Amino acid sequence: MALTENQGDERIHVPPSAGMPVLHKVIFLVLLAFLMVLPFMVYPVFAMKVMCFALFAAAFNLLLGFGGLLSFGHAAFFGTASYVAAHAAKVWGLTPELAVLAGTGAAALLGLAIGALAVRRQGIYFAMVTLAFAQMVYFFALQTEFTGGEDGIQSVPRGDLFGLISLQDNIALYFFVLAVTFGGVLFLYRITHSPFGQVLKAIRENEARAISLGYNVNRYKLLVFVLSATFAGLAGATKSQVFQLASLTDVHWSMSGEVVLMTLLGGMGTIFGPLVGAAVIVTMQNYLATFGAWVTVIQGVIFVLSVLLFREGIVGVISRRFKRPL
Amino acid sequence: MGQLFLGLINGSFYAVLSLGLAVIFGLLNIINFAHGALYMMGAFIGWMLLNYAGIGYWPALILSPLIVGGFGILLERTMLSRLYHLDHLYGLLLTFGLALIIQGLFRNYYGISGMSYQIPAALSGGQNLGFMFLPNYRAWVVLASVVVCFGTWFMIERTRLGAYLRAATENPVLVGAFGINVPLMITLTYGFGVALAAFAGVLAAPIYSVNPNMGADLIIVVFAVVVIGGMGSIMGAILTGFGLGLVEGLARVFYPEGSAVVIFVIMAIVLMIKPEGLFGRAV
Repeated sequence: MALTENQGDERIHVPPSAGMPVLHKVIFLVLLAFLMVLPFMVYPVFAMKVMCFALFAAAFNLLLGFGGLLSFGHAAFFGTASYVAAHAAKVWGLTPELAVLAGTGAAALLGLAIGALAVRRQGIYFAMVTLAFAQMVYFFALQTEFTGGEDGIQSVPRGDLFGLISLQDNIALYFFVLAVTFGGVLFLYRITHSPFGQVLKAIRENEARAISLGYNVNRYKLLVFVLSATFAGLAGATKSQVFQLASLTDVHWSMSGEVVLMTLLGGMGTIFGPLVGAAVIVTMQNYLATFGAWVTVIQGVIFVLSVLLFREGIVGVISRRFKRPL
Repeated sequence: MGQLFLGLINGSFYAVLSLGLAVIFGLLNIINFAHGALYMMGAFIGWMLLNYAGIGYWPALILSPLIVGGFGILLERTMLSRLYHLDHLYGLLLTFGLALIIQGLFRNYYGISGMSYQIPAALSGGQNLGFMFLPNYRAWVVLASVVVCFGTWFMIERTRLGAYLRAATENPVLVGAFGINVPLMITLTYGFGVALAAFAGVLAAPIYSVNPNMGADLIIVVFAVVVIGGMGSIMGAILTGFGLGLVEGLARVFYPEGSAVVIFVIMAIVLMIKPEGLFGRAV
């Protein structure tokens, strides 16, 4: 249970069996309590958007921060899941939880296909390969019938959870989204603190050594890629239920860039960084929506400043200040 | 035939752009994500020179790359040079941010609808070759790209300056010890690489409409071209660029629906068979 006392090192090495450190437990509980009352303070749809993107960024961070792999194509999984979930809810008439599951499953399969090819290259090539495949998915979404082309899939019905509870009401939907995204983030936390997560760290720090220790590095990379794609899909599928819409924006490369930005700004390789980054970026988009293309410029400026001056990210800086992994 | 030729035109742009990426990558070890944005900027500066200053196509073909090259040098000196000691991924992230800024600014001032750029008088019209009609301007685009590509290849592979460049790619510290100013060389290389992108932009201006998004989608295809070719060799980048343009042209004849994705499919196949790329060295 105790935090290992390594003040100098910025990364902790909690034994996998030790369970969640008290500090993290407290933060998660405070966060949950805050999210319980949030929909009564702000517009619930806005809060749901933040939560979906927080899960998306956390899934992306699993790959980048813990796997050391920069994917520039995560919109492919987010968007595919969004389309499939919207289609399942609207055309097949599935209940929300099944529609979300269908979308997530589609993202996992796509992650397996793209990941199997992409893990053959490393570093910047990996980034270019994932970007190129995501663009292929984008063209596919643009041309096939079921995605609705430029219009997307609109007015997706919200349905009844398990066929029983109506999600028409924003508050009811909010708690469904809260359960899904919070559960997802906790699951991702569990993955990074499992023996599997330790092997990932070993690969990130020194791939050659991990190979010489007998680990099949490519299989680990593929597994983390699929997991990351799956949770990105879960976020996308949930998002389509919130906005009742799946559109080309979800699969566009700028979406891939946004999730990179959220993770970078919040602090890659940290636990809470992606959540903070997502909250900041979504809030910013919300308030600057009237400025049109300036949002892109501002995002670019944040990118440049983060890379030049602020590589640890918001949570990374706080974590170093308090000498506690966050 | 006409479609094949159109493919060759696209191939010209792929070749010039992936050449610029390869030259930059060779020395700086970064992937210049802003390449597409700078290509767009090249086209826009050509358009601005004509519309604000009355400077025509031929001077613009020289001026625009010089301006964009100077801008690139500024970027390299003020920002990129701070990142060389870090993971290469940071260079990618930084240039992505720069691309967003440049595209966003142009979109703010010029909207997303395209501007047209007249084909210069000397190159309007076309030749009837019997089996197809060949517009003069398009023939010029292919010719100019081939000349620029092979000029660059000659400079890097066959001249003393190129020998310094290749040596600095292999071992910058040692080359510096011989008294060659490596940081200056890096700066000029980046400037040259982005000037190539601007040159392609001006070439493209009369064919495609000049709009802020013209570089964004193109650069992703060029990335795929680079993955297929591998960035180990200059000639590899050139040949892959032209070759894939032709393949895309062929696809447009036989299977039009697939023409947008054929390069990505080839990329997937190459990754399965020869992951380091056709002309690449194992990384």
